[in-house]
Formats: sequence, structure tokens, C-alpha cells
Amino acid sequence: MTLHIGISLDGAGQHPAAWREPDANAANLFGADRLVALACEAERGLLDFVTLSDSFDLQRDGEAHVRGRLDALLALARVAPVTTSIGLVPTVTTTHTEPFHVSKNIATLDFVSLGRAGWMVDISITEAEARHFGRRSPAPLDDLYAEAAEAIDVVGQLWDSWEDDAVIRDVPTGRYLDRDKVHYTNFEGRFFSVRGPSITPRSPQGQALVVVEARDQHGLGLGIAHADVIVVHVADLDAALAVREQVRAVSDATVLASIDVLLGETTAAAMATRARLDGVAASSPGALDFVGTAQDFVDLAAAWSAAGVVDGFLVRPALTPHTITQFVDTVVPALQTRGLFRTAYESPTLRGLFGLGRPANQFAPA
Amino acid sequence: MSKPLKQIHLAAHFPGVNNTTVWSDPQSGSQTDFASFVHLAQTAERGKFDFFFLAEGLRLREHRGQVFDLDVVGRPDSLTVLAALAAVTNRIGLAATLNTTFNEPYELARQFASLDLLSNGRAAWNAVTSPDAFTGENFRRGGFLDRSLRYDRAGEFITAARTLWDSWADDAVVADAERGVFVADESITTFHHRSDEFAISGELNVPRSPQGWTVQIQAGDSDGGRELAAQQTDVIFSRHSGYADGQAFYTDVKRRLATYGRSPDDLKIIPAAVAFLGDTEQDAIDKARHIRLQQVSPQGAIAFLEQVWGRDLSAYDPDGPLPAVDPDTSGTSSITRGRVRHEQDSLSVANKWRQIAEQKQLSIRELIIEVTTRSAFVGTPRQVAETINRYVQDDAADGYIFVPHITPHGLDEFVDKVVPELQEMGVFRTDYEGTTLRDHLGLRRPPSPVSTAGSARLARSAS
Repeated sequence: MTLHIGISLDGAGQHPAAWREPDANAANLFGADRLVALACEAERGLLDFVTLSDSFDLQRDGEAHVRGRLDALLALARVAPVTTSIGLVPTVTTTHTEPFHVSKNIATLDFVSLGRAGWMVDISITEAEARHFGRRSPAPLDDLYAEAAEAIDVVGQLWDSWEDDAVIRDVPTGRYLDRDKVHYTNFEGRFFSVRGPSITPRSPQGQALVVVEARDQHGLGLGIAHADVIVVHVADLDAALAVREQVRAVSDATVLASIDVLLGETTAAAMATRARLDGVAASSPGALDFVGTAQDFVDLAAAWSAAGVVDGFLVRPALTPHTITQFVDTVVPALQTRGLFRTAYESPTLRGLFGLGRPANQFAPA
Repeated sequence: MSKPLKQIHLAAHFPGVNNTTVWSDPQSGSQTDFASFVHLAQTAERGKFDFFFLAEGLRLREHRGQVFDLDVVGRPDSLTVLAALAAVTNRIGLAATLNTTFNEPYELARQFASLDLLSNGRAAWNAVTSPDAFTGENFRRGGFLDRSLRYDRAGEFITAARTLWDSWADDAVVADAERGVFVADESITTFHHRSDEFAISGELNVPRSPQGWTVQIQAGDSDGGRELAAQQTDVIFSRHSGYADGQAFYTDVKRRLATYGRSPDDLKIIPAAVAFLGDTEQDAIDKARHIRLQQVSPQGAIAFLEQVWGRDLSAYDPDGPLPAVDPDTSGTSSITRGRVRHEQDSLSVANKWRQIAEQKQLSIRELIIEVTTRSAFVGTPRQVAETINRYVQDDAADGYIFVPHITPHGLDEFVDKVVPELQEMGVFRTDYEGTTLRDHLGLRRPPSPVSTAGSARLARSAS
């Protein structure tokens, strides 16, 4: 079985000292060129998708750290026309946003990428974010996740609110549209109601790939109930196995493990780089913190794959562009040699890369 | 003796979701495929236009209680399309229409700053208001805003957005590895905005963008709308594309600027316009007639009539005379929802139309064509260029936003034939002189009020 691999393009890399590396080009972190170069590099490595996280909060760890972020969806829309095959998965939050806007924005990312859009669903938990909007107080986590679940529901309905053949251009009757093929969602939930239909026709994939990061049991619950892809945070095989079983009991979602990655030509060299970076800024690694050679990574991936605990990884490179280039030049060929990774893109759509077809429209008569 | 020639500003409007966009023509392509947007934007950029413009609608229009099915309908999100177009264009401005009623300042300010960063300074925002409960049914708050407050909210929204954009210093991202400073603390200030509609505070999480403030566009035509434009707007997208009405509007709006300490050049007046071109003047007139017939289909003519009459008129023959029955004035709500209507007394409109139809012996369809025809530039490319130039030099406008009637090739002929004439006349650029949309429009870049010890230090060392 081959692995699915996504890669994060956040900041200058996962390590807080990453922006200070000479080749980081960090002064251009908020321009398109750097981002496009990273995405093209990931596409050269035939990776499944890139992610860009998002939030309405300003990073609060001081002037020695990267502060500021582009709107993730717009940033990946900027990347879409200059890439051809790689999936584009921005984080779009559900707490302070309108599901109607979220739906059309992601559908539009799908249009401009010709079927490569995904949606990393996230919530906004901080008081600072609530103050930026001034509309509501911070809510309990239970509510925020329940609201996210509703948002995924209604966004999915809006994506289907136009049937594929709704535009008919029938000159004899003067009708552009077959109105029987656009549908009111009439969604009434705990948190919002949305009448519909969307203003945006059904996009190339029909439904964009829904990705949920399971940072805790709330996230895992949301992912199991609503996601096509769940990104889990586990420290070892045993933990991965436990989560896998929890997912499999009710969902056939693809499971990816989030993994911090720092590569070196030798294990010692990788460790030395890490020590050097930690000396500049203390790191706060994720649950699965990989420091080693390409071969070490392939061994880990092969072991996890053989154990059947994950379907792949969401790689958080320590340094960009450096770690991405290393990954593409060394890890990818080694995985291919082991038969663990694709040698060409097998589908033009992101759903296709995950073995998912274009879904039937939930409003269309069967 | 003569004043220097004004330079003309040109913009392109992606064909809209209404009956001016002809979908029945074999040449009419997709309204949603990205390739259509690419072709139009690249054509406009080939013509050195100032900007490319996308409209917005947040609910499908309804007519007699059902989704209106006769016009082009459905469109992708403007900001997302423009961010993608930034990848396949280099200089042309990218203008999105975004509603101030169903958005919030923090999110929108951030999106526009992002678009401006991703396009190297080419973003523009046409701020519109949408007061109705009908659109509100798609949003959390429903129809929360009283109609009379819509311009208040729009004004406060723009003020809030500018407060956010002004909360970071220019060039705040120093990424000084040696000192270990990515953005100096003093380069980011806390924003506070409190008004009737908003009570927000905190920190913006995106750097100040190349243009500082996104270019502000507005279309309001009422007295309140004009005043708001004079105060806050860089470009007015007006309906007054004729000569006399253009001059009247131009004079009225430009005189209001002094009140706000602004000069006439600080606000560009760019009406929406259409051009019909031909090899001869007669050829152009014939083409215009043909296109008007395509735009007003038999069924569309009846639907249009129903908007005024407020009744089901589907039994009437579009090629026959107007209904003898009077409009239904008992109804409280319009037969059509989700369309911008200028409220008028339907009975007096009907009587006026009957008069016109009788005088000119017009059928229903012919009448609708007659009463919905706006002034247009019709003629050979040379004639059209000369007329546009005369209007601009005589202060009927500073330029025009052209609305092609067909996607995606509707702008090709104008760019190929009229633009070179304007260039030859020395009134339109032969190439972009600057990089940002503010440069194209001759607008100053507002400096950030936040100045920092850090950036001052850098400025000194650079000089």
C-alpha cells in the first residue's frame, strides 16, 4: 500500500528559529513568490497536498518569532494556477465566519484549481479572536466543535445545492437555468440557519476533501463524524493503533499522522542541526518529532505502514524551503524504491488522490 | 491656453448575472470556469486597463416565489478568483465587490491585505450594502440591519478596516536574523474601533500591505452615498455614463471633496459603460440592435414587465401590446427579490410606458428594449475612442468600466481596436508606469501612522 503525504507550508518552517536560517528568505514570508516556490517543490515530490494553517489571532510569542499570516485560502488560491496536480488544503475556521461564505470560498478554490481543493476545518478558541469580531464571547469547546460539525454539514449541503446539470441554456424557452435543479438547503441548526441555495454552482470535485486535525478527543470526534481525512497527533505506534481502532469502528476516513521532520545526511548531523536551532530558540515539538536521515524516515514510515496504523503523514518540515527540498530529493525516491509512494500523480483531483470518486449529489433524485 | 489632456482610466467588468450578459449566443462561454476569468483579465491587462472588476450577489434572485431562471446566474467568490488571477497577471488591478452588511471588518480587512500582498499591491474593494432580510436568510444574523442604517454601517466598516490596516508600521517585517527580531514589538499596535455597529479591539495578524489601504470603490448614487464617497472613496463606479448626466454627477461629487480636505484628483469617477463596435457606424448600430434583442428575450421581456405590474403576465404575447390591466398596487412586497430596484410608483411607470409604447408603436419586447437601453458608445473604433475622449476631457467622467455582453471574448475587440486609438490620441497609457493600482489611478499611498524606532533605524542605514 502506498502512503499519502501532505506537507505544511506554515511560516518559515516548524522550528521557531527557522526564519533566521540564511536560506529562509523570511523577509518575503508574506509574498506570493516564496509560497509558490514551496508548493512547486512539494509538487515536484508528488506529494498529495500542501496545507496552510490559519487563525484570527496574532502569534503571541514575541518579536523573536514569526508574527503575521496571510489568509490561507487566498494564499493557496494564488498558488493554484501555477501548480497542476497537488492538493491545496487551507485552514478555514468556523467560529467567527459565515458558513455561506466558507462554502463558496472553498468551492471557488476548487474551481480555480480544477478540482484540487480541500478544507482543513478549525475553530477559534481565544478571547482575543472573539474581541476582534466583537460579536460573541468565547464559547466552551463542546459548543465550538458542535458548531464546526454544523458548519461542515451545511457547507456540504451548499456545495450540493446546484446539481451538475442545472445550467441548461435552453434558447426556445429562454431559460438559462433549470430551477428544479437548484435546491434550498433550509438548514436549521443550533448555531445558524442557512436558506440557500449557494450562489456558486457545484465545483469540479462536487465536495472538496474535508480534513480535520485531531489534536484532542473533541477533534477526533469531529473527524470521525465528518472528515474524509483525519490528521492524528500520536507519539508512537501503540498510540497510533489505539486511535486507528477508534476511527475504524465508525469511519473509513484516511488517517494521517502529524510528524515534525528535520532531516540530515547522518543522524548525528540532523541532531546537531536540531541542537543548533534549539540553541537559538527553544522548540515545542509535536507528538511525533522526527530528527534523522531520509533512510530513518523511510524505515519509520514502512514500519507504521506495515502495522496498518496510519495511511500516511502530514509532514511539518523544520525549515522551509530547506527541509522540503531535502524531503523531495531524498525521502521521496527512497519511498518510491520501497514501493511506498507514487511515481506519478494518478488523478487530476485531490479526492482522486485519496481514492475517492466524485460523490453523488445529496439533493439529486437517485 | 488649453489645459493638458486628461489621461483616461479604463476598467473591465466581468459579465454579470443579469440580462445584459448574453448566454444564448453560440460564442457565450462558461460564467464560472476559471479559464473565462483568466481570458478576460488577461485581455484587460493586454489593453493596459487600470483594473478588472467582479460584482457580488449573496442570494439567487427570485421571481414570483421561485429562483429566477432566465438570466445568467451563479458565480464563484470574488476574492478567491482574484487571488488566483494574481498568478496569471502582473499589473492590472483586481477589484472585488464585498458586502459590508454580511461581513465583519477584521476578516475582510485581513482578506484584502492578503490579496494586496499576494498581488504586489493590486487590490481594490467595492464596498456595497445589502439591507434586506431576503439575503440575510443565508447568514447568521439574518436581516438585522435597518435600511436607513446601511450607509452608516458601510462608513463605519471602512473606517474600521482602515484602523486595522493602520495598526502595523510600513515595512514592519524586518526579519533581522542577527538581532533576532522578525517584527519589532513597536511595529504592531493595538487597534480599537468603537461605533454604533462595531466594538472591536486587538491586533491585526497580517502585515500592512503594499498599498497601505486597499483602493476603495463605491457605487452609491443617493445623496448619502455621494457624501460617503467624497469622504472615503478613491473610485466611484457610477451609473452616469451619458454626457449631460455624467457632467452633472461629476461636478456634484467633485465639489464635495473640499469639505474633507481632498482634491478633485483624489477621487476618480468611472461610470459603467458599454461599447458597440462596427466597421461603419451603421454596422455598429445594427450590431447594437442585434445584441439588445439577445439581451431582452421574449420571456425576459414578460418577466421585466411583471416586476412593474406585480402580476403574472405569462399569458401575454411579448410581441403584442402592453396589458390593459393596471399594475397590482395592493401587494406590499415586490414580485422580484434579490434585485436592486429603484423604488418608484408602479402605476405612474406603467402609464409612462404605455405612452411611449403608443407613441412609437412598440410591442412589449420592443418597449422593454427601449426603456432599459442605457447610453452606449456606438460606432467605429475611431468614433468610439473620440467620443470617450471627448466625454473625459469635458469632465463627464475620468474613464469608464466597460461591461462586455459576452463571456469570455466580449472585451477582445475593444482592446484590439479602441485602445490603440486612445493610445494614438495620447490619452491612454501604452504601458503601465507603476506597479500598484494606486499608481495606475494616480492615487497617493497613505503612509502608516505607526512609525517605529526599528524602521527609522533601517531607513537611516539605507540612506
